[in-house]
Amino acid sequence: MISQILFIALTIAAIAFFTFNVKKVIRNIKLGRSANRSDQPGKRLITMMKVAFGQTKMVVRPIPAALHFVVYVGFVIINIEVLEIMIDGIFGTHRIFGGLGSVYNFLIGGFELLALGVWVSCVIFLIRRNILKLKRFMARELTGWPKSDANYILFTEILLMTAFLLMNAADARLQALGSHHYISAGSFPVSHLLQNILPANEASLITIERGCWWFHIIGILAFLNYLPYSKHFHILFAFPNTYFSNLEPKGEFTNMQSVTNEVKAMLDPSFTPPEGDPGRFGAKDVNDLTWVNLMNAYTCTECGRCTSVCPANITGKLLSPRKIMMDTRDRMEEVGKALDKGAAAFEDGKSLIDDYITREELWACTSCNACVEACPINIDPLAIITDLRRYAVMEESQAPSSISTMLGNIENNGAPWKYSPADRLNWAKEN
Amino acid sequence: MSEKLNIEVPTMAEMLARGEEPEILFWVGCAGSYDERAQKTTRDICKILHHVGIKYAVLGTEESCTGDPAKRAGNEFLFQMQAMTNIEVLNAYNIKKIVTGCPHCFNTIKNEYPGLGGTYEVIHHTQLIQDLINEGKLKAEGGESFKGKKITYHDPCYLGRGNGIYEAPRAALEVLDAQLVEMKRCKSNGLCCGAGGAQMFKEPEKGFKDINIERIEEALETNPNIIAAGCPFCMTMLSDGVKMKDKNDSVQVLDIAEITARANGL
Repeated sequence: MISQILFIALTIAAIAFFTFNVKKVIRNIKLGRSANRSDQPGKRLITMMKVAFGQTKMVVRPIPAALHFVVYVGFVIINIEVLEIMIDGIFGTHRIFGGLGSVYNFLIGGFELLALGVWVSCVIFLIRRNILKLKRFMARELTGWPKSDANYILFTEILLMTAFLLMNAADARLQALGSHHYISAGSFPVSHLLQNILPANEASLITIERGCWWFHIIGILAFLNYLPYSKHFHILFAFPNTYFSNLEPKGEFTNMQSVTNEVKAMLDPSFTPPEGDPGRFGAKDVNDLTWVNLMNAYTCTECGRCTSVCPANITGKLLSPRKIMMDTRDRMEEVGKALDKGAAAFEDGKSLIDDYITREELWACTSCNACVEACPINIDPLAIITDLRRYAVMEESQAPSSISTMLGNIENNGAPWKYSPADRLNWAKEN
Repeated sequence: MSEKLNIEVPTMAEMLARGEEPEILFWVGCAGSYDERAQKTTRDICKILHHVGIKYAVLGTEESCTGDPAKRAGNEFLFQMQAMTNIEVLNAYNIKKIVTGCPHCFNTIKNEYPGLGGTYEVIHHTQLIQDLINEGKLKAEGGESFKGKKITYHDPCYLGRGNGIYEAPRAALEVLDAQLVEMKRCKSNGLCCGAGGAQMFKEPEKGFKDINIERIEEALETNPNIIAAGCPFCMTMLSDGVKMKDKNDSVQVLDIAEITARANGL
């Protein structure tokens, strides 16, 4: 009875704390400007099913795609087991679904195979990051916390799977002993290999079984609460992020409505722009970005596929699209913490531009969309880069001098180079 | 075969004066108008249009920058000023269909002008060439033979990833009976030439390599006779790269339009 109460209390506390943190994240995302992504719900749903659920963009790199798929399927399917753990925990039952007989045996057998798959995949992932040191994971933005974060996630998953398998092994031994409470249920294709390392004594077996059971469920609840602090948030955000992703051609940049109003007023004296302050042109800080950009930042799992295909990054420039997303999230978190303390946000003298993302990074972008194409969950770093450039150029008139010259030429003679408009058709006449 | 343009290029103003309307407007673009290398491509597009007998016209001195480099550089004001002025001209001439000689102009007019009041059917010149081939109006005969030549095609970002057009330029090359070889990074995974996002107009940031060198090394790995381009800016970057690698005697960088014109003896 005590364990049931403890279980229920823990679960409620975990869910409450998670909700509390998610609300903060949603508040932070809502700091962003509006963007309409409610059109074409059918197409959006299909995009989400394909890209997030079906992981169609992962297959470009087959090895991590296969390993990731195992972990993903394992995560989703083993959660059926969590349902059983929940029911058992609340009602003090044991293997409540055990009555399903051969179906149950099939399920538990399947979970065990998946658990082994997840275990092996996570070990390979750790090797890729820490021993093989793949270039994608060795960037300057991937030191300190981001590096540890990735390793913590993998270690936790390995521990959870180990506990699950050990629990089953002890359970099977107890079933064989005819121990009270341990009904005969399940098949154990993987954990039976572990049975021999366990002690024979019934009391020890029960301790191990219960220990692993508690560890598994507490681990899962803890992991849930780790998500808001971690890059691992993508397991949830991948779905809304792909649903609300850009459906227009990648080459198309948004037309700024605030600018349209100003330009129309300039060109057409009869046009009256709408009342109110048009606000800042472009983005100086995270609240000048749209909520989609900010959601993108929380979704990013720092895999670095974007950076590994970025022409600027490949050739040694500072720009890394992954860092753009990480900086945006870090700044958002910083602003959020100020809000938590009841302080006024955005009055810390800092901004996303300069304090997080430098001009050198911004101006290195070729707007080639390789990063956007590469992202397995449709994150758009280019949209953020563009908005920061807009701020630099339109609010501050700060751009590399050759860019200013080019802009001046377009303004004065309708071409990025200094040629006379009168000579525009010379190519047809000269020869 | 000659670079000379022996045909009259009709302007919209002249057509209007004659009370005529063209089937299609050829949007030349700034590079196509002023850049010497790109001018060759421009003339070849005209030769192709003339050869197949399409009634076309250019805006001539009434054309102005689409605003693309301004937009990518972050100057939305300048972009929209350019866009609205151009749209006024295009709408005044009642333009319905546009072919561009540049993927940047193509992307901007096709995707970004409609929201500002300019809706047209816009195609890139490689799509026009593909259509003409499909309709049987354009072949690869009567000119230079490309048989057996190794050609590798470089996807311009704003045609490929930007707008999903990968097949049209390749279709234009397939009729040549040449040997098409793909670079390791091609189509949706293609590597930028380094000119996009207004990079064309500035020095690159500090790094250990220029992007066009990275790209040209990859292109040269395919051992090509010809590197095919579909964008005047890629043309500049790739040609510079070939020169830097001292390969301009053995490797030509040609636009799809130039290749098509040559193959047809235009």
